Amino acid sequence: MSTPYAKLPAWADYGLIPVINLAVAFVVAGFVVMLVGENPFRAAVILVEGAFGRGQGIAFTLFYATTFIFSGLSVAVAAHCGLFNIGGEGQGYIAGLGIGIVCLAFDSVLPWWLTFPIAIVASAAMGALWALIPAYLQAKRGSHIVITTIMFNFIAASVMVYALVGFLKPPSSMAPQTRTFLEGAQLPKLNWVIELFGAKIRSAPLNICFLLALVMALLVWLLIWRTRLGYEMRTYGHSPKAARYAGISETRIIIIAMMISGALAGMMALNPTMGDQHNVALDFVSGAGFVGIAVALMGRLHPVGIVLAAILFGMLYQGGAELAFEMPAISRDMIVIIQGLVILFAGALEHMFRPYVQALFASFSPRSVGIEAAKGKGA
Amino acid sequence: MAQAAIELIGINKSFGAVRANRDINLEIVRGTIHGIVGENGAGKSTLMSILYGFYQADSGEIRVGGKPASIKTPNDAIALGIGMVHQHFMLVDNFTVLENVILGAESDALLKKSIAKARSELERLEREYGLEVDPDAIIEELPVGLQQRVEILKALYRGAEILILDEPTGVLTPAEADHLFRILKQLKEQGKTVVLITHKLREIMAITDTVSVMRQGTMVATRVTKETTVGELAELMVGRRVLLRVEKGEAEAGAVKLAVKNLTVKDSRGVTMVDDISFELRAGEIVGIAGVAGNGQSELLEAISGIRRAVSGSVMLDGKPIDLTGAADPGELRDRGLAHVPEDRHHVGLVLAFEENENSILGYHDDERYLKGPFLDIDAIRNDAKDKITKYDIRPADCRLKTANFSGGNQQKIVLAREMEQDPGVLIVGQPTRGVDVGAIEFIHKRLIAMRDQGKAVLVVSVELDEIRSLSDRILVMFAGRIVGERSPEASEGELGLLMAGVEQREAAE
Ligand SMILES: Nc1ncnc2c1ncn2[C@@H]1O[C@H](COP(=O)(O)OP(=O)(O)OP(=O)(O)O)[C@@H](O)[C@H]1O
Ligand SMILES: [Mg+2]
Repeated sequence: MSTPYAKLPAWADYGLIPVINLAVAFVVAGFVVMLVGENPFRAAVILVEGAFGRGQGIAFTLFYATTFIFSGLSVAVAAHCGLFNIGGEGQGYIAGLGIGIVCLAFDSVLPWWLTFPIAIVASAAMGALWALIPAYLQAKRGSHIVITTIMFNFIAASVMVYALVGFLKPPSSMAPQTRTFLEGAQLPKLNWVIELFGAKIRSAPLNICFLLALVMALLVWLLIWRTRLGYEMRTYGHSPKAARYAGISETRIIIIAMMISGALAGMMALNPTMGDQHNVALDFVSGAGFVGIAVALMGRLHPVGIVLAAILFGMLYQGGAELAFEMPAISRDMIVIIQGLVILFAGALEHMFRPYVQALFASFSPRSVGIEAAKGKGA
Repeated sequence: MAQAAIELIGINKSFGAVRANRDINLEIVRGTIHGIVGENGAGKSTLMSILYGFYQADSGEIRVGGKPASIKTPNDAIALGIGMVHQHFMLVDNFTVLENVILGAESDALLKKSIAKARSELERLEREYGLEVDPDAIIEELPVGLQQRVEILKALYRGAEILILDEPTGVLTPAEADHLFRILKQLKEQGKTVVLITHKLREIMAITDTVSVMRQGTMVATRVTKETTVGELAELMVGRRVLLRVEKGEAEAGAVKLAVKNLTVKDSRGVTMVDDISFELRAGEIVGIAGVAGNGQSELLEAISGIRRAVSGSVMLDGKPIDLTGAADPGELRDRGLAHVPEDRHHVGLVLAFEENENSILGYHDDERYLKGPFLDIDAIRNDAKDKITKYDIRPADCRLKTANFSGGNQQKIVLAREMEQDPGVLIVGQPTRGVDVGAIEFIHKRLIAMRDQGKAVLVVSVELDEIRSLSDRILVMFAGRIVGERSPEASEGELGLLMAGVEQREAAE
């Protein structure tokens, strides 16, 4: 027996459909802009120019994208194992604790290139640990991972408040944040790379975490599609029964996948702390963990897609800030609406236009998909 | 009288390089039962999916009742009076029968009115065609045979004049299949038209008026059923003579490989499914477990292969016990030489979303041959998959194709190739040829017998009595979780049938 369903060529699946979704999101966003009495075309120009027009904008866009790559990868790794990790926000936040402790301890004695690896390990370990408990509860007790990871977001927030008004804060300070890190915990900027292309940058926070994010994207690709562990995760993700049959331990694979996912979420904390603000402050994650869900969905859980989607969201953040600045009628909240629309169309309604595109392709006759390639016997 | 209900003219359909249907012409006469047979991947399901609006033909014409029809979606097909019963039912498990029947055909905004209307309509249909089901039963609590009846009711409720059934008996017990055929005959008497796809040539002979044969995407012949034979059909399908019963020599049974002792297994609701079973399986023999589906065979297989917890008893593999606590590692059992072809290939034996080559290592993915350190050795895996594709004639011969896109029989061959090629000492097989065409059945049976002749121990569970009789050296009959008798393969069908129905046991109890 064979369940019939039409298939699209890969370029349409991964290229055309996201582009259509995006276009629709922007058209609807355009109407919203019109509603508040601004010119949507000028708004679009400001948005894109703000994000990519000048070196400064590009650097900011990529800075935001860096965080989203980590959180998107985190969601994707869990999703390949059939798990919905909504806890990236908390896992990233609690990782700030590890980073704070490491940086405060070593920034006066070690150079940045020694502090950085230690902080990477600390952030990944804290994130993994924060994912471990929900993972254990899911694997052993059947407590649903969505519920427990959400709860752990709240717990992380409380723990961080406790730490930031307590032992992480310098005794004399009033602000709930650590002292500013010394040079030994400040990551080098990457702005010079953009300046190589002739652009001028006054100051922008783009730093080597961006490279780390790209490396992690590659490693995640390797993990999912090229390692035995990734194979086991995908098997479980598609069919727990088949995984049981294949001798894959449910407990083990859930815990490992969630810890990797948590570690990636933890690493996103490096970018805003060591890379930008040079401290650990209250609410420094500010929703990036949740954006990761949209990024992962839009990127179709594939690292390449995730990097592209992260850049798109980086653009919305950066260009949106410019827009709010340039067009007084468009407030910060409007920007959130536009971002919400992108998430809605690209993430949640991802399959809305698929049937139409498929019908379109079908009417073009599938012969266009290379039938005379005649490989194999072909029954 | 010979008025065409459906005419298909020059239908073509390709999936990439695969030409699933080429230049198909077919005429189905109103008020008849028309069988379609053909090898796995011959294009039967594709053709019917085109008729039902799931796929669009690349070219060709469909006429319904003499008029050209454009069928773009299943709704178009339903409007034209065409209904389809899928092999995998499309029912909402936790809805009642009635709710399922009206789903998508609710006539009023208020459900209550629709339900009342549907109830009386349903009662009429039930009376007319002998389709008894309790309208208020929950779907998941019904046996498959009844679920299928609900599918038929759904189609009739929507006014189907032409009913397509794709391999309807694959999941049915013989009694359920008989009942289905009685229903189909009723439908025919009422003037409905039935298209029946099946691999069981006996069913074709028993119930159809006309039969069409497909091979590799083409329609090779149409015959009046009364004027043809099983042998001719098999030959037309495969393009060569087929042995419907594979020859085999005497078994030379050796040492005990698998010893099951007082095994008791309960299902998740606590019902005893396997009840104090003991038997031995020796090297160099095939033991067949016959029985009507649902008499504990599935649970027995799962317990032996370490997937399901047993309540009590023991299973020894080569003299060493198998962990029956439910914590057994099926991977470890594989290392010890136990291979298992599960009954449910779609959810257990395969990951349908994987590429073919990824499935060809499922369960053996920690074998050094397929690994380079923690990494998968992609080249080794694909080459290995290609070898199996050649050896087992899996079509299309593309190890990178998604498994869901293989036809049912070819999916089965993917599982069998994987398990048999590991050269296990003990092979346990559930429903080896479910949904598999005659040519492939011959092939699979030959391979199972070859394994036996190499001194392997083979345990076969099948609901096909023919299959059990032609393969086994010894037959154990299971009824209500117990082994109610052991017979030689020469035992008559009637005798085995009675055992399977639990008749002898009841007599003994009295
Ligand atoms: N969606 C699809 N994408 C690609 N190939 C497909 C798809 N559906 C079917 N095929 C291919 O088309 C051919 C015909 O398949 P089809 O399911 O019609 O066979 P079938 O005669 O019903 O076989 P079976 O008896 O095993 O069910 C097969 O080679 C199959 O692999
Ligand atoms: Mg089929």
